[in-house]
Amino acid sequence: MADLSELLALGIADARDGLRARRFTARELTSAYLAAMDEARALNLYITETPERALADADLADARLQAGHAEAMTGMPIALKDLFCTEGVRTTAASRILGDFMPPYESTVSGKLRAAGAVLLGKANQDEFAMGSSNITSAFGPSINPWRVTGAGVGEALTPGGSSGGSAAAVAAGAAIAATGTDTGGSIRQPAAYCGVVGLKPTYGRCSRWGVIAFASSLDQPGPIARSVEDAAIMLGAMAGHDPKDSTSAAQPVPDFEAALQGGVKGMCVGVPKDYRVDPMPPDVEAAWARGVEMAKAAGAEIVEVSLPMTKPALPTYYIVALAEASANLARYDGVRYGARQEGADLAEMYAATRAEGFGAEVRRRILIGTYVLSAGYYDAYYKKAQRVRALIAQDFSTAFQSVDVLLTPTAPGPAFGLNEKTEDPVAMYLNDVFTVPASLAGLPAMSVPIGLTASGLPLGLQVIGRPFDEASVLRLGRAIEDAAGFDRSPRLLAGGV
Amino acid sequence: MGQVIEGRDGPWEMVIGLETHAQVVSKAKLFSGASAEFGAAPNSHVGFLDAGMPGMLPVVNGVCVEAAVKTGIALNAAINLVSIFDRKNYFYPDLPLGYQISQFSDPIVGKGHLDIETEAGPKRIGITRLHLEQDAGKSLHDQDPLRTFIDLNRAGVGLMEIVSEPDIRSGEEAAAYVAKLREILEDLGVCDGNMEEGSLRCDVNLSLRRPGGPLGTRTEIKNINSIRFIRQAIACEAARQIEILEEGGKILQETRLFDPDIGETRAMRSKEESHDYRYFPDPDLPPLILDQTYVDQIRATMPEMRGDRRRRLERDNIPAANVEIITSSAKSMNYFTDMSENFEDKILASNIMVNEIMPRVFYRNSNPDIERLRPSEANTIINMISSGNISGRQAKEAFEFMWEEGKSAADVVAERGLAQMSDDGAIKALVDQVVAANPDKVAEYRSGKTKLIGFFVGQVMKASQGKANPQAVNALLMARLDA
Repeated sequence: MADLSELLALGIADARDGLRARRFTARELTSAYLAAMDEARALNLYITETPERALADADLADARLQAGHAEAMTGMPIALKDLFCTEGVRTTAASRILGDFMPPYESTVSGKLRAAGAVLLGKANQDEFAMGSSNITSAFGPSINPWRVTGAGVGEALTPGGSSGGSAAAVAAGAAIAATGTDTGGSIRQPAAYCGVVGLKPTYGRCSRWGVIAFASSLDQPGPIARSVEDAAIMLGAMAGHDPKDSTSAAQPVPDFEAALQGGVKGMCVGVPKDYRVDPMPPDVEAAWARGVEMAKAAGAEIVEVSLPMTKPALPTYYIVALAEASANLARYDGVRYGARQEGADLAEMYAATRAEGFGAEVRRRILIGTYVLSAGYYDAYYKKAQRVRALIAQDFSTAFQSVDVLLTPTAPGPAFGLNEKTEDPVAMYLNDVFTVPASLAGLPAMSVPIGLTASGLPLGLQVIGRPFDEASVLRLGRAIEDAAGFDRSPRLLAGGV
Repeated sequence: MGQVIEGRDGPWEMVIGLETHAQVVSKAKLFSGASAEFGAAPNSHVGFLDAGMPGMLPVVNGVCVEAAVKTGIALNAAINLVSIFDRKNYFYPDLPLGYQISQFSDPIVGKGHLDIETEAGPKRIGITRLHLEQDAGKSLHDQDPLRTFIDLNRAGVGLMEIVSEPDIRSGEEAAAYVAKLREILEDLGVCDGNMEEGSLRCDVNLSLRRPGGPLGTRTEIKNINSIRFIRQAIACEAARQIEILEEGGKILQETRLFDPDIGETRAMRSKEESHDYRYFPDPDLPPLILDQTYVDQIRATMPEMRGDRRRRLERDNIPAANVEIITSSAKSMNYFTDMSENFEDKILASNIMVNEIMPRVFYRNSNPDIERLRPSEANTIINMISSGNISGRQAKEAFEFMWEEGKSAADVVAERGLAQMSDDGAIKALVDQVVAANPDKVAEYRSGKTKLIGFFVGQVMKASQGKANPQAVNALLMARLDA
């Protein structure tokens, strides 16, 4: 049996080779992760841990490995964002309103991972109903970023980002080999950037939404969070595919993403959109972006400056579309059939009490905004207009993709911030999504890949955006940047002392 | 054209538009795949989507789409190749998702028309639109003094909402419109038309005006579940509105319910409390896009409509009274088609249908008991009559035994000894017997009194106890006597 820290250092690709060569068993690998989860408990990464299930899954994986019909994900100990419904395993969406909801069904994506032999370590923490960019909206308390400002002391914990903050932090902290996330306006990419890991939001329709608790149906998309571009490619291959149970799932063939990585970026045309800026643009972010452009160039890509003039209205457009959909998607949580119910004198009071008590402040705010923008007299000015702008944003991208293959931008306007920052002003919090929402609105594949550290020692990510269903090009440029950046993915400061 | 009601100080004209909800005949619900069967134990036909479980998604049922297209074609309506499913948002315990999936701005079927018969002759009623939507579950308020029970079996069942133009001018026209619409839906097999069970229900929009004058304020009477009640509800509501208007009052735009027990409509909720449904396109469902060839295929395979069938029966010279009875429902018409298949004498078949089948299969219960006496069995009997195996009287007995004992036509005829004696040898023996017993009559016949053949036939039939085939008896007697 290999040493614990050696096992935990392996990514999916290496662990797969080790398992197949019988250098260690899936049970040993899983046990190492269960121990790492114990170590990282103070980071509040998981809402529900499933150690017994993990060991049982690992034994099944070992049997498959023994029998010689293992797949790439067989024996990989992963975390599932707690938005994926898991049969017989409590699923909360990080909300009180679901109570101890035990789904009688398994989401398509988690079912595919399970069928591929992945090991379930537990359900990762997140923002409530995926509504947040910092994990502070979780009803179970926020996950904590394993990274900290150089020299920072106890009590200066940083957000892992959100909403898939628990997933990204778990991967960064070595408490899962990889994790699923979901991305609506940046919920995979932004926490991946904050935690120094790779996060890939596939093309809308690439991965099934069936069994994933909905935030905004036209934007939600499951995807992998992993330590490397290669791992993300392998995991995406196990998650993707057409699902007749999801009417918005795409009937597109799933390429071999891992093989696609080998292509390199020679001759690839990389667009750099000059509109992806905030005012003021943090120098660290500016410098990291410039470094990424240089790396792409050095790897043989051609760099073209492009214009995406509809970038600025993307953020308000996103918050109108997403919250309108959310206001209806969350109507089912009414205390009538499942979840937590607060009694009331009559039906209206029961609804009001259940939803006031069950939803956190941010979710309530978003339901109210979403209800408002759909209301009679406001629909045209908000929802309908936002839909028109959304179409223009998509048009912007397709124009750009006539002359470039991929786009390279910063993932977020800065590194991870303090857990207690930006909590007073929701708009300041929404601004975190400024670079990620345009690709969401256009349904495009986009990935965050670590580029390096800020002066204060925090990871920054760059975002690669591709054409619809061209995750392969996104992965290739991501791989080139990853190779050039030589990012040291182990967090400088781990949990101890928090 | 429209009928007027004489009021205290001048005539009034009714302006009526109908919204009809027709439950689509389909094994599965509109979006969930769960069974849509009626009458099961409460909450036994509920999919995860119907219960509003987290993460569940709708997938449209092609059977319901086809039903809507068929109905649209039968209503001479425009089929929209692109239509959109919207969410209609409101909270109610029997609406688990918190919204109904319906079609608002872009329905699957657009403008069309329906021709009805009125006392003043044929009249064309405009169809505004037809759209697909989910039914809600059922709230049971009468099971417990304090609590409401919910049955979700109906939640998510596919409905077609068919909206008429405000072209209807009387309760009679409204009744004729619904009857005709029901006939079409039944003929297409897209809705069973059962108003008692709620498969077909109507909302009536009614206002009054001075003939030719501007439209008045309308009220909506919800969920009427019989044609008779539609007529009654319209009469009651018109009387109520006239009384208010003639007293100088104003009609409130509101939703009302008709209580057939007391013959009154009463307010359900007024406009002030009405919901803002916040319709918006359901992001879980892409626009429904139909191929023109798909629509053309449906158009090419439309079943025969009742009017056409009526004309076909008339062409077969079936008496008008029989045609009327046979075409009174789609089921009886289909029964007749099946039972008279490959059978030349349609008039005989129609008589059997009217005299033997209708009273048993169709009149005893509101639901025809087709299984108890199937068209294929009736077909066997009418074929026996025409081939001379049994007489009309025996057929009558056979139908009674089949109905009472649930046996097949062949079994009943064999067991009850209903078959005619068609065996030439046996009849010949009886002929010989009768000829031998009546030498004097034989001599008279042979000397030219050929009318005596009737006497001989009678004797042979009597000897056979009525079972001999009269034609065979006749032929054998002639051969024997003329030899």
